[in-house]
Amino acid sequence: MAIDPKLEADLKSQGVHVTSFEQLINWGRSSSLWPLQFGLACCAIEMIAATMAKYDMARFGAEVFRPSPRQADLMIVAGTVTKKMAPQVVRLYNQMAEPKYVIAMGACAISGGPFKDGYNVLKGIDRFIPVDVMIPGCPPRPAALLEGLMTLRDKIAREKLIGRHRARHADPEGAAEVPVPEFGAHDLEPTANREIWNPPVVVREAGGEA
Amino acid sequence: MSAETVIERLREALPDAGVSLRKNPGPSCQHSLLVNAASLLDVCNVLRDTLAFDLLSNVTGVDWPDAAKADAVALPAEGEGTSSAGGFLEVLYHLYSTSRREGPLVLRARTVDREKQNQIPSVVAVYRSAEFQEREIFDLYGVEFTGHPDLRRILMWDEFEDHPMRKDYVAPDDYDYEPTPHDAVLEKARAHYPAAP
Repeated sequence: MAIDPKLEADLKSQGVHVTSFEQLINWGRSSSLWPLQFGLACCAIEMIAATMAKYDMARFGAEVFRPSPRQADLMIVAGTVTKKMAPQVVRLYNQMAEPKYVIAMGACAISGGPFKDGYNVLKGIDRFIPVDVMIPGCPPRPAALLEGLMTLRDKIAREKLIGRHRARHADPEGAAEVPVPEFGAHDLEPTANREIWNPPVVVREAGGEA
Repeated sequence: MSAETVIERLREALPDAGVSLRKNPGPSCQHSLLVNAASLLDVCNVLRDTLAFDLLSNVTGVDWPDAAKADAVALPAEGEGTSSAGGFLEVLYHLYSTSRREGPLVLRARTVDREKQNQIPSVVAVYRSAEFQEREIFDLYGVEFTGHPDLRRILMWDEFEDHPMRKDYVAPDDYDYEPTPHDAVLEKARAHYPAAP
């Protein structure tokens, strides 16, 4: 089904561009990611810096920060997600139109970071929403955010739109919404969405060293 | 104006206020005034209007499950009594005088106990700046400020029931995957190991 690369190169040298709809659609999607405009903590400052002239996220077509989730393709979770804020973040994700992607930026959004033992901090936004790219750092430099953005672009460019391995948003049965956690008496309820969050189970000797 | 001078002026103005001096034995020598919760508003009125302590800069709480420890930190001056047995909650106020460029003057007020009798009069009527800080203390320590105009939780959500800054608060046991646990985290991780096959 895929075109022979040599033939494609030969045709290209003659001014004929051959492609597939899948590649064309993915190229369009990956080249104009519109991020949702919100920041939660200090990572947001680096995110802002990444859009400014020195780093210039516009080179990758991702400079149009939208103040409405209805117009956004990409959620950059930039900062510490407190348990009080988590339901609002999940609700914003649910309100975004498909296809939608999530970047967890910084140690806090990935795992709770330095605050993970706090009673009020969510131990990673991937407990509630599916995360495509995680960018480590505290906070990550703007260049790291650009690297994460390019990683996401590569991921989108490889997406399958039909067939068994198609992307979630191309699957009619793929979930567009995730459950929003409720405020409980002691913690969020539930504390994680087990359908999308499955940490590795490490079996160690109960009495031995780790 | 030292804490000793302030306490003399307070005793002249309010003979039954029950204000006593707590000595700070540390190098800062930042002595504080322990005020009966019942007369806290009167004391604040005198401090603001007569002694020109016009700025309430900070309000914070302390949880004392063991009352004896509270008096080991701030020693009572000669002839003053110590607190009774059982724990209590304490609220601290830091007052400044902007006109005399002085401060801080530290006030303490104590609740009777940590559970039912956890009331302290709100000073919002005297110092408006106390409003959000008293809400925070209500949220995190569980001190009930009587007369507060809008006493709700400010940091945690309304459905939350605990008071996280209390000494006996236990955070939810929400174990997270640790690649290299050690020390206390290892102990915690052990409790969550899956049963050996």
